Amino acid sequence: MIIASNVSKRFGKLTALDDVSVTCNRGECIALIGPNGCGKTTLIKSILGMVVSDSGFITFNGKNIKHNWQYRENIGYMPQIGRYPDNMTIGQVLDMMKDIRGKKHTVTDDELISRFGLSDILSKRMRTLSGGTRQKVSAALAFLFDPDVLILDEPTAGLDPVSSEILKEKITAEKNKGKLVLITSHILSELDDLVTQVIYMQEGKCCFHKSIAALRDDTGEQKLSKAIANVMLQK
Amino acid sequence: MKKIIKYVIIDILRNKIMLAYTAFLLLISLSIFNLEDNSTKGLLSLLNIILIIVPLVSLLFSAIYVYNSSEFLELLVSQPLKRKTIWLSLFAGLATSMAFAFLIGTGIPILLYEATPTGFMMLGTGLLLSVIFVAIAMLAAVMARDKAKGIGVVILLWLYFAIIFDGLVLFILFQFADYPLEKMMVAITAFNPIDLSRILILLKMDVSALMGYTGAIFNNFFGTQLGLIISVTVLFTWIVIPAWLSLRKFKHKDL
Repeated sequence: MIIASNVSKRFGKLTALDDVSVTCNRGECIALIGPNGCGKTTLIKSILGMVVSDSGFITFNGKNIKHNWQYRENIGYMPQIGRYPDNMTIGQVLDMMKDIRGKKHTVTDDELISRFGLSDILSKRMRTLSGGTRQKVSAALAFLFDPDVLILDEPTAGLDPVSSEILKEKITAEKNKGKLVLITSHILSELDDLVTQVIYMQEGKCCFHKSIAALRDDTGEQKLSKAIANVMLQK
Repeated sequence: MKKIIKYVIIDILRNKIMLAYTAFLLLISLSIFNLEDNSTKGLLSLLNIILIIVPLVSLLFSAIYVYNSSEFLELLVSQPLKRKTIWLSLFAGLATSMAFAFLIGTGIPILLYEATPTGFMMLGTGLLLSVIFVAIAMLAAVMARDKAKGIGVVILLWLYFAIIFDGLVLFILFQFADYPLEKMMVAITAFNPIDLSRILILLKMDVSALMGYTGAIFNNFFGTQLGLIISVTVLFTWIVIPAWLSLRKFKHKDL
């Protein structure tokens, strides 16, 4: 569904992505893992067209994403830090998004809005919200239009345990519907029962892309965190 | 596109700085017109204040607004929208709000006290200046990634347009006093929208007689229909070129 071929990106002297090639298919739940600054967010942003890669290309459903914007209709994106216009209320932000993407989406998926209790605080202004509540808004927006692909950058960072569980349940439910889910996270224990594949990146390179079963076999560890630690030590 | 403009304007209109700017302009304009017994004299005092304040507020407010909405721009870019639509909507939203603030703050007093051709000229150039400096601020904001640097550049630009440029022109005039520079001066004013606006308004006021031979040359050029059309075209160019450059930059920017 998403194929990145030999994508490279430099920011000045820093090589953020170095010849990265990955293939992501429908029904997979992929964890993007790697140390800080290894290029996970840059890869995600390249897929979303927010970062324009220097070389290589990315296709979405067989179409090159360069100079194309319609393909983003099928993506729900939850950024690492979601910031919104300070003076808008939660309700206005939701309405705005519905307004922008509304043409094809008359039915929206409001499940997260109600389960996070956002419907009770729709009139609160964005600047008064805590970091966690903003994350909830970001999450609700990502799932709102029932997209085929979900890209979640550190989704549970800053969420309380209850909300974090709600979000994980939602991710599992969407994965079971046959959607592609891409997650980056540093909390590996959370990913254990969620992901089916792992992409491990280091210094801008894609070190490996394996299914979680293969990773467990290779390292002999059941827990993802231990397996990854094992891999990191071997390098 | 209309949708995003709508939301940008709603956001800006709630901003207290914008309300304060409008109130400030209104207060200054009303008090100047009430202090002077001759409203044409009032217009002259108002002119100098406007030519300083409108560019400064337009530049600073727009630059800070663009930097503060960087995450919001990121959010929009991740949606199925063209970058061109996003950037132009932001520009249109900012320009409309700045022009609207000017229209309320200065337009109402001018219409009340001095609804003459000169007054309308001042209103028109003030509106154009608001939009021009929004475009310039957006160009500076898209070029400089660092907020402090961007705002610094914007302040320097304002200093250049409002103060340094005049100094440079004076310097050139004195250094080359032996040469006939009057016609060249007309061309040089095209490089500064503030000066161009000032001259356009001053010539409408018929005080050009006080400006000596250069004033006569100016009057010869700007006083004619053609001169007026050319100057307004130049002012519009000052909007289009920075806006176009910033759009080109934004299309390839990494967010």
